[in-house]
This record gives sequence, structure tokens and C-alpha cells, in this order.
Amino acid sequence: MAKVTMTVNGRKVAKECEDRTLLVHFIRENLGLTGTHVGCDTSQCGACVVHMDGKAVKSCSILAAQAAGSEILTIEGLAANGELHPVQAAFRQNHGLQCGFCTPGMVMTAVDMINRYGAVLDEKTVRENLEGNICRCTGYHNIVKAILAAATEMGAARQAAE
Amino acid sequence: MGVEGIGARVTRKEDKRFLTGKGRYTDDMTVPGMCFAAFVRSPHAHARIGNIDATAAGEMPGVIAVLNGRQMLDDGIGNLICGWMIHSKDGSPMKMGAWRPLAHETVRYVGDAVAVVVAESMAEARDAAEAVIVDYEELPAVTDAVTALADGQPQLHPEAPNNLIFDWDIGDAAATDAAIAAAAHVTQMRIVNNRLAPNPMEPRAALGIYDAADDHYTCYTTSQNPHVARLVMSAFYNVAPENKLRVIAPDVGGGFGSKIYIYPEEITCLWASRRTGVPVKWTSDRTEAFLTDAHGRDHVSTVKMAFDASHRITALKVDTIANLGAYMSLFSSAVPTYLYATLLSGQYDIPAIHANVRTVYTNTVPVDAYRGAGRPEATYLLERTVETAARELGLSPVELRRINFIRSFPHQTPVIMNYDAGDYDASLAAALQAADWDGFPARKAEAASRGLKRGIGMSCYIEACGIAPSAAVGSLGAGVGLWESAEVRVNAVGTVEILTGSHSHGQGHETTFAQLVADRFGVPIDSVSVVHGDTDKVQMGMGTYGSRSGAVGMSAVVKALDKVEAKARKIAAHLMEADESDIVIENGTLKVAGTDKSLPWFQVTLAAYTGHNLPPGMEPGLKEGAFYDPSNFTFPAGCYICEVEVDPETGKTEIVQFVAADDFGNIINPMIVEGQVHGGIAQGIGQALLEGVHYDPQTGQLLTASYMDYAMPRADDLPSFQVSHQVTPCPGNPLGIKGCGEAGAIGSPPALMNAITDAIGTNALDMPATPARVWAAARAAAN
Amino acid sequence: MYETTYHRASSLAEAVRLRADSDEAKYLAGGMTLIPTMKQRLAAPSELVDLRHIAELRGIAVKGRRVRIGAGTPHNEVATSAAISAVCPALCHLAALIGDPLVRHMGTLGGSIANNDPAADYPAAMLGLDATIITDRREIPAGDFFTGLFETALEDGEIVVAATFEAPARAGYSKFANPASRFAMTGVFAAQAADGTVRVAVTGAGANGVFRHAGLEAALTRNWSPDVVSDVAVETGDLLSDLHGNADYRANLVKVMAKRAVATA
Repeated sequence: MAKVTMTVNGRKVAKECEDRTLLVHFIRENLGLTGTHVGCDTSQCGACVVHMDGKAVKSCSILAAQAAGSEILTIEGLAANGELHPVQAAFRQNHGLQCGFCTPGMVMTAVDMINRYGAVLDEKTVRENLEGNICRCTGYHNIVKAILAAATEMGAARQAAE
Repeated sequence: MGVEGIGARVTRKEDKRFLTGKGRYTDDMTVPGMCFAAFVRSPHAHARIGNIDATAAGEMPGVIAVLNGRQMLDDGIGNLICGWMIHSKDGSPMKMGAWRPLAHETVRYVGDAVAVVVAESMAEARDAAEAVIVDYEELPAVTDAVTALADGQPQLHPEAPNNLIFDWDIGDAAATDAAIAAAAHVTQMRIVNNRLAPNPMEPRAALGIYDAADDHYTCYTTSQNPHVARLVMSAFYNVAPENKLRVIAPDVGGGFGSKIYIYPEEITCLWASRRTGVPVKWTSDRTEAFLTDAHGRDHVSTVKMAFDASHRITALKVDTIANLGAYMSLFSSAVPTYLYATLLSGQYDIPAIHANVRTVYTNTVPVDAYRGAGRPEATYLLERTVETAARELGLSPVELRRINFIRSFPHQTPVIMNYDAGDYDASLAAALQAADWDGFPARKAEAASRGLKRGIGMSCYIEACGIAPSAAVGSLGAGVGLWESAEVRVNAVGTVEILTGSHSHGQGHETTFAQLVADRFGVPIDSVSVVHGDTDKVQMGMGTYGSRSGAVGMSAVVKALDKVEAKARKIAAHLMEADESDIVIENGTLKVAGTDKSLPWFQVTLAAYTGHNLPPGMEPGLKEGAFYDPSNFTFPAGCYICEVEVDPETGKTEIVQFVAADDFGNIINPMIVEGQVHGGIAQGIGQALLEGVHYDPQTGQLLTASYMDYAMPRADDLPSFQVSHQVTPCPGNPLGIKGCGEAGAIGSPPALMNAITDAIGTNALDMPATPARVWAAARAAAN
Repeated sequence: MYETTYHRASSLAEAVRLRADSDEAKYLAGGMTLIPTMKQRLAAPSELVDLRHIAELRGIAVKGRRVRIGAGTPHNEVATSAAISAVCPALCHLAALIGDPLVRHMGTLGGSIANNDPAADYPAAMLGLDATIITDRREIPAGDFFTGLFETALEDGEIVVAATFEAPARAGYSKFANPASRFAMTGVFAAQAADGTVRVAVTGAGANGVFRHAGLEAALTRNWSPDVVSDVAVETGDLLSDLHGNADYRANLVKVMAKRAVATA
């Protein structure tokens, strides 16, 4: 057992857990944030994606102890002041989700993708950058559409702000 | 159509919770004192169980109990059942071997559970499960159905000599043979339909809670049909009588058929909770899912299709061997029979059909319905054969299909089904246009200049959905009726709750069912709540599978809405001193036609509850229930065209265009219907291009037990899809809808395989058309 | 996962000391292979020594055509490094094909080559670039470093600190991904050094892990052109056969990927 301290969704947390505890289980069980999911054992499905120090990572392949001291953003921390993040809103508008299980990881990956590429995303790049996220419901068609729409919208918003 | 009514592209009410991480899935549930289950599973495909030594495991940290199958048997927990009786040709009933939730004598597939550890943490449960020592006496195993039928093979169940479960047929053998003998041309093929793992992204989970004070059980479970789960656990597994068992299927992360069945794990969690006195939760990991979720497909067939001199199909003869795995799962017997052979006429007028189906036990996980269930197997067989025939006859595949289309309805096929409505030419024409069929030769030439082989293929599918008329399925062996229930509760202020026995696990019922109310009463969908998935809230229901939630589930809602409307009209007429027949409902207002008298909806509903001024003799309140039993199956149909480029150097296939033209009858929410089609196509493409379950034929070990070896379709494997709808309303239900959940998975595999075989110029290719297989097939054809 | 004890090292010296405390300890770099392996209970180190916070292991340095990549550098940093791209874009291309974007944020060069998965990408680059693997104890030529399936020349407790190489005149990497795992079914890294020496390294296909192909190297030394590849014989004897492709198929892929690697160089 060790005490693990990190910042999750802007809040400092400190919890006791076994050294073998995965970050995803720490988030789900110790912090009760169950939006981050586990869909496979081989770090391929991406249902567990969170941001660690600003970068999208698979929380099922990182120990909570490894993440100690870092800033974690989970799906629960994405919407600000009750307003959906543009990526969340685009997923809703474009029907980019069905059962919702892969959705938190998809959204976190999409946000990271847009952070890295900006509004210049095209369909091929989006599809390549979704390699680490598996969805069984949507055939990805509307997820791709949603990410492209969000990238455009966020690009426009950024331009307007400048 | 209002902005939120029938036909509107309404964004989903349920999305916000999923998008913000507030979905509540079974594994998210936590109750005080909850402990965790880990199963001890057989590492062998076939073995006799000797001693189970749990001494060391029982002493490990956090362990509450280690329980085994003998204890479960002693406690009177029953066998798992198959709920659809099929009789063989000789009249004998199917040979159902015993399936224990926890095996105590014999294990029959890798993953078969023999014991369960309950511990304070998941990690401790797994540590201890590894420490349970089970003595096995290994037996030889067989995993392939064709092999398992031969003499001298390992025998799985004493009830089933040579592993044969039933030998069943349908249609007129003599007429079919005669037509084949007289044919101008006969196309023959051997067709393999590859075995698949369903892979909903949420792994199965169960939380069993026994409350000793009330002698009451609660089960949270990843189910597509919680009421059927309660019925079966109550009536057959003797877990508890129905009134003492509440089953809740909260948010469920996809099912695709695999979450219809009642598995050993949920029964075990409930039983273990009673035994230990603590709530017991089990969550599958992905490898366990590959090992224990019911698989789909796994047919090997031979087919003969006969033609006369004018290229009309005169007969179809099919012989199928279906692998059902180690035990008969809940609906396993219905899939390769009444959900398969009854669809073998496809969209074609075929005068004589005969199909023979043998089902077989093997040392593999049970096989049951997976998206499409029987209909993809029928469509694949038929559409590969028609395409091959066109090539053999030197006809365009379009022409050959047009020659044989059914064009008058109703149409009685030789294999039970009575098609009620359709326009196959319309979908074909729409698909040809969208795909620019005529421009293909130019595109092929252009691809060749880049060193790629371009091919095009189509499939014209039909399926039977909206299952099903209870009396009809009862006469065919079903153990249950397949109606659906609904209750519409109007609150005093005019808001509405719809209770449905359908279950939503991605289909968007919370939105589409609410649209029905918006359409009827002009109530915003925000004022309509859809309640489902809890046996304490909804009295009874049959659940969601077989594309039935729209055609059957919504029809039940419509019936209940009819009753609500009738009562509301009476109240409004009474309040406005008008004749009931003059009341019209427009945009949420009840009006007296031809006058300026009107009452808003909420005043009528309030009046129903105040009871101050109701028609004489009328009971207060506004709440109605209905059971809807369909009069026929529904028959969605369509045409899919796929275009591919194959890299001859690597065998890799890229799908460059995919067109779907579907007739689902009337549509409640086009956005959601399109999403269903996209997802279905992706699964169909997965089957044709990527996915396949492989067991080692000698050891029975599952070789594809993770995403490292089982290829799931990813975003960069797929194109965007071009989807369109043609509408012939279904005459059989009040909304005229046919169902859309499975079409994509049914229509797409043959279209893709027809395209790849067109590209590489050889037909000798089975699914999945992996790069290695395509490369080898093309090379073999070239030599 | 079995129980384990986690230690975080802040310097190489501390890492070595922590590792020395136990026979059953393992270094933990990005963890993208080790943690999943531990989850499957296929590895059970009693102690983990986390190297991710050691500053000495981070960073990319390019001086002239000499490239040095710290072992702790994540794949994404290599993939997007303008400095490396200017002298050896093939390596950026290779790094951008490892795993997926999420894995590339955590996985490191050192972790990948120390694990020497027979289907990993980096070993092909190290061998093809004739890189030198710098450890806390010595320098090891890539040709001596990869010794077999999941086997390397690293001694007990030895840490990979960096890899360094002279950027070649030209190089290309072509990968055919396994449809399921997306690891290399076959990946070929082909490079021509400034002095004309050609190295062709193959990953994913070999039954004994990454290897150089003498026939391809000889042909490409005579004539650096994709056209010469088709005449080279690739023997199937030492190639993998599995569910996803037999040795014949992999032999074909070796040639096709070699041709494409040269074409893109």
C-alpha cells in the first residue's frame, strides 16, 4: 500500500492503494469516477483514455503510482460550467455514439488529436489517429464526422479569439 | 412530422450522460460490503474433473469463500437451458446435454467454469483463483463441426451419439431434386461462414445481492432482456421465485446478441451472494469474454442452385453443418433453422427449396445468435451463389438478379415466410446509381495504372425481423412468446413516462420512443421519460434482439398511446361539451373541430387526475398498458454495393466505396437508423475482411483470445458509407416500420466477398479475406 | 497482476541501486509492454524501478549528421522531431507507426529495444542505421545488441541510456501491420550510408527476431533501386508461420516491404 497523490480534473487527490493498482482502477474505484472504462486487457481498445499532463494515454497500462504527481484529466472534467466541450457537443450533434461505452475514451482521444493537429484535420488523418480506440457500434462513420466538425469549430473559435 | 415527431432527426436524449462520463454500467455499480468474484476456469478443452483443492486459496488474504459445482448442485441450482425445441427429420427431439453453471464432472471447452472465489478485492479474488488446484483427467477434444460428426471422434454428451444434436430439414426435397435434374445450369459451391466473437465493448458483468432480511435477490447484469433473464433464472435455475428476484440491466455497452443469454456467471453471483452473505460482483476481462461469450455463425454448407434456359432460378438445395459448441445456448437451436433456412429464398422467386441442417457439439464455447443470427449465413450463401452463377452464365450480376426478383406481394416462399411488402428493384436502382455502377470499368482501368486490382460486388439481402408472432413461433418450437409490452403513464402536469419491455443498449430508445409521444400529443421529448431495464419498474417484456424494438416494442407503445388518447379525447369532449368524434389533437392542444374551443394537453391531463369533472363512470387517472403481438415477421431488404482495390503484392484489400440502399419501411429517426446501418456494415465488413475465431484443432485452445490476434475493425480499416433509404411501409404494424438493427451485418459480407473475388479473378476464397489469404488465393489462381 | 513494489528513480545511479536490491526487479520505462504483460500475469517482477523521471534519459540531440536519442524519449517525440526529420525522416516515419497515438505518448525507444519484441519497429531501425546502443556501462553496436526473441546483450541491471547513429545518405522504412495487433507482420528498414554501405533490417518476419538480409543488401549495394529487389531470393526457413500468415507470405512481404522502403528512401 502506498499513498498516491495527483491532481484529477483540477482537484488534488490523495488515496491509499496497492502498488499494482492501475491508474484506471484508481480513477474508477478510489475516486469513484466511473466514466473511464476498461474494454480490453491488451491496451488496444482505448476505452480507458485520459489525459496525463496534457497528453492522451491509456490509463489501463499505467500504474497509479507511475501517475503520482501528474495532472490527470478524465471525461468527467472535460465539460466546463455545465457546457459540453465542443468535441462532446459534436459527438452528440453527429450521432458519434451509440452504447456509450467507448465514448469517453474516444472523446479524450479526439480532444488530444485536435490539440495536436488543429483545424487542419482530414478524414484520413482522423482515421489513422483513431487506431488506438475501438468502437463496435458506430462503424466510426459518425465519430469521424464529429471529430472533423469539432476541429473546424474549435479552429474557427481559436481564430475568432485571435 | 413535428420537429421532434416521427421522422425527425432528433439528437439523442441519452447522449449527455454518456458524453460526460455519467453513464451507469453494471461494473460502475457499488454497494456497501461488495466483494468480487473470480472464476476458476478449465485450461483444457475436454477433461474429467477430479479433486478440487481450495485449501490454500481459502486461506489467502481477503478470501471469503471458494465455491464449486457440487455445492451448487446440492443447493438445487438447475441446468442452463436451450429455449427452442427442434425435432429432427425422424421426429426425435434435439439431444440436449446437461450444462451446469459450474461444471462438477466434465469440462467441455477452454474457459468452462469449475469454481468461483469470492474475495474482498478483485485482485485478491484473482490471486486466490489461481491457487485453486483442480485435478483434471484430460480427454481428447474436437473443435471442428464437420470432423466432430465423423465416426471415432471424441464424444461430448452421452445423449448425442456422434455429437449430432439434430438433423433437421425444411422444404420439398423431391421437387428440389427433380428441378436440379432438369436444370439447364447448376451452380455448386461450398460455403464457409466463419466463426465470430461478438465483442461488445463493455465486457459482461453481474452484481448479485442477496438480502437475507427480506429473502430477496437483486441482480445487476449486462443483459439485453432482463425480464427473460428473471423468468429463466426463476423457472429453470431455481435461483428464486420471480417476486423475490429483481433484475436490472442498467446502461449496457452493446450486445449484438451476446447479452441475450443467461450465463453461468450471473447465476453464480446470485447464488454466491446467498452463500456468503455479501454482495458479489463479477466483471469479465476481454480474454474471458473471448473464452465465454457465446460466439456467432460457424456454418459449413454445400449449395446447388438450378437455372432454366432463361436464367430463372428453378431450385435451391442446401446442406449445412452448424457448430453449436459444447452446450446448447438459449436460442442456439433456432439460429441455424428458423432464422436461417426460412430466408433462403432471398429476394428471388424460387419454386423449390430444400435445406438440411445438422447441428453439432464441439469442444468450443457455445454458439448462439450474433447480429443477424442465421440471416447473414443465409444471405452470404445465397448472394455468393447468385454472383457466382452470373459469372458462370456470363450475365451481369444485376441482370441475373432482376430476372429473378419477386415483384408481387404478398409472396409465399417455399420455406414458411410470407413476404408482405417490398420493392427490390427500387433499392437496386438506388444502389447502382449511388455507386456509379456503369462507371466501374473506367475506375478499374485507372486503378490498374496504379498497380491495383479493382473489383465490384453486390448483394441483395432480405431478412426477417420484428420477431415474432407468438403463436407462429410457438408452433415452431419456441419456449416463449415474442410479443412486447408497454405502459404509458401520463402525469397530472402532462409529462409522460413510457415503460417498455424493450431494452436499449445503444439503439437510442430513450429518444425514439419519446418521439412517438411528441408526435401524438405535441409534448416536447424533454417531457417524456423512457423507463426500461428493471423488472421492478416494468412488469414484463421480451427485450431487444432480432431488430424487434421498433416493429414490436414501439407498436406496443402505439397501442397504449391509442388507449391514452381515447381516454383523453373523452375527457376533453366532456370538458368542452363537445362530441368526442369532433376532438382533434394539434400541437399539444385538444380542439373541437370547426370551433375556437380548445384545451391544452396539460389541462386535460390535470383533469384526469383531479377527477373533479370526468365523464360519468370514468375512473380517474391517465395510464394505460398494452401487449402487442405481431401478426407476421417484417421483411427489411436492400441492396449493397462494395468496391475494393486489392494490392496484388500484399493481398491487402482497401474498401474504396460502400453503398447501402435499404428499405426499412417507415423511419422514426433517420439519424439513428443511419447509425445502425453504419455499425452493422462495419461488423459485416469485419466478418468478411478481418475477424475469425480460431481454436487449435488438436488441443482446443483458443488461439484468438485477445485483440492481439482477433482483428477488430478499426477506423482506418473502413471507409465512410453512402447510405440511402427506400420506403415501402410495412403493412403488418401500426407504424409501418420493419427494423434496421441487423441489415448492415447481413447485407455486407457477400457484397465485399463478391467484390474481392471480382478483383482477383478467383472465387476460391473464404472469409475472412485476410491479406495472407487473398495473396495466396490470387497466387494459386495465377499458377 | 501479481503484487509488486513500485520505486521511482530520479537518476541513473539511483535506478541501478534500486534495481540491485532485488533479483526479481525490473526496470519500467514507458510500460507499454511491461504493464500489459504483468496484467496478463505473464510477468511478475517483485519490484519495479520507474525510469521515466530520469532527466539523463530524455532528449534528442542532432549535431551535424550525428543523432543521439535518449532512451527515455517517447515515440511521439521522435516522430515529430524536426531535427531528426531533417537528417533521417525514415526514423520519424517509423516512430509514427509504432502502436497508436496514445501508446506513442508513453512508449520509449529504450523500452522498445530492451524488450526486443520480434514484431517491434525500433529494432529494425537500430540495425538498419548501424546504431550504437549506449548503456550505463558501455557502448554496444546494434548488430551485437539484438540476440534473439526478447533477448538482448544487456546484462543484469544494465540500463539503456541512449542510441546514437550517423544519419545515412538515405533510408526508408516500410511496414505491413498485423491486421489484429498492428505490430509489424513484416517491417523493412533499408539504409544507404554516406560511404555507400547498405543495410537492410527486417522485423516481424523472423522466427528469431530482427535480422539483416544479406541478399537484399548485396543487391542494393550494387544498385540502390527498388527494381533490384524482385530478383533477390528470400528463404522461408527462418521466417515465422502463424495464424496471420505463413512463411511464404512473410517471405513475399520481406521483398515487397524492402522494395517500398527503398522507393520511399
